[in-house]
Amino acid sequence: MTALMTAEWIKIRSLRSTIWMLVLTVALSVGLAYLFGSSFRAGFDGMTAQARASFDPLFATFYSLTLGQLALVVLAAFVVTGEYSTGTISTSLVAVPRRGRFFGGKVLAGGLLAVAVALVTVPATFAAAQAGLGPHGTTFTSAGAPEAALGACLYLTLIYLFATGVAMVLRGPIPTLALLLPLLFLGSQGLGNVPRVKAVAQYLPDQAGMVVMHLAGPAGDPRFGRPYGPWLGLGIMALWTGAALLAGYVALRHRDA
Amino acid sequence: MCPARRCGIVAGVIEVNELTKRYRDAVAVDELSFTVEPGMVTGFLGPNGAGKTTTMRVLLGLVAPTAGEVLIGGRSYSSFPCPLREVGALLDANAVHPGRSAVEHLRWLARTNGIGPGRVVDTLDRVGLTEAARIRVGRYSLGMRQRLGIAAALLGDPGVLIFDEPVNGLDPQGVRWIRELMRSLAAEGRTVLISSHLMSEMELTADRLVIIGRGRLLMDTTIGELITTEGFTTLEEAYLSLTEEWTVHRAGGGHR
Repeated sequence: MTALMTAEWIKIRSLRSTIWMLVLTVALSVGLAYLFGSSFRAGFDGMTAQARASFDPLFATFYSLTLGQLALVVLAAFVVTGEYSTGTISTSLVAVPRRGRFFGGKVLAGGLLAVAVALVTVPATFAAAQAGLGPHGTTFTSAGAPEAALGACLYLTLIYLFATGVAMVLRGPIPTLALLLPLLFLGSQGLGNVPRVKAVAQYLPDQAGMVVMHLAGPAGDPRFGRPYGPWLGLGIMALWTGAALLAGYVALRHRDA
Repeated sequence: MCPARRCGIVAGVIEVNELTKRYRDAVAVDELSFTVEPGMVTGFLGPNGAGKTTTMRVLLGLVAPTAGEVLIGGRSYSSFPCPLREVGALLDANAVHPGRSAVEHLRWLARTNGIGPGRVVDTLDRVGLTEAARIRVGRYSLGMRQRLGIAAALLGDPGVLIFDEPVNGLDPQGVRWIRELMRSLAAEGRTVLISSHLMSEMELTADRLVIIGRGRLLMDTTIGELITTEGFTTLEEAYLSLTEEWTVHRAGGGHR
């Protein structure tokens, strides 16, 4: 399995498109974290007293990940759909005819890469956001921060794997991105907070997973709050991810290549 | 994972047993049986849509048969722990990611089957791609892509080689190079199966001929027998007469 994972990493490393998406994931997350931090800092004095009292610096810290994740999801989609759109899948499956092993290699290599990306992105995003927030920021040792950072790492890994599973079912880059990008982009733009939509949308993978990063507002808040806690939210996201990977495996196993 | 490198070439027999592949609307391969022996080039002939590619894809485990089986050295393809060391295949020279260089393409492929990096260098050299090895495949000509596809097939030094239409779109030098390569691989004792829809090409390359039409076996013969038993003056004539009623015209559809 290590050999198969190494082969997958060579595939990723040897393409400009995938390298770009890796760079973009880190750059968007870190760069926007600084910008969002700075804009909160600039606007802080103009906020109402109530808003200032309930201001959560961790929201401002991790908000940029909702955009950085888009590049990570595109990477996951490319890693899978690039095989189908170019026909490389035939070569891959001739080299590794046991579909379960091929699937395992792809998922494990991608998952570990996502962990590595998260371990770079999350601390760097945290530091950039604090630099932007200045006096309104927080520290890594303050209450809730380590949990939120750990949650952010898990979130990025899960969203990568979720996208991998979806891409294995849909195969083409266009259907895959046409499903995933609106889902995640609208989510980041507040789809989960529109009252009618929220009842259902709050159980979507990204909406459930982002509670741990303080991106859904306090639990008691009628507009933003969720009927589940941060870890249960990640659990819901993990269920989505498991279901997507299972569907991807079944599709790979039973369809002709 | 992979067993230690054996000595010499182990060239298995390819056995196609009562193979049927049915798609929703068409039968691509219909109770097809034939064997491919080591030490010679076997030409797999038939008009477009006769089922050659489907048969090869079943052989390589890419397509599941509706009925029947294909065995290589008595085993199914997916039972080999390191299949590239047993069987090499060129299916579609264009099925390579255009953004990747030849050397990177062979590198990941070698990794999957425990093939050393030295083999990548040697194989690139054998197909004459050493100088172009770091250029992205998207900039390759069709001839260069065919060479890369052949390098991928030869990577694991396999005893069984399968090539689907290897001379399609090649210039005369390329055609000749492939022909000589096929002959030398067979002379080394390997099992070589090449598909083509061109009798004229097979006449120069193949020792045996397996001719199919609409997924069925029409003839399993040698070049010499085809002329003498059927009483035709040229192979082209024999082939056209044999496959005439089986030719699937483009407008009629049909799977390859």
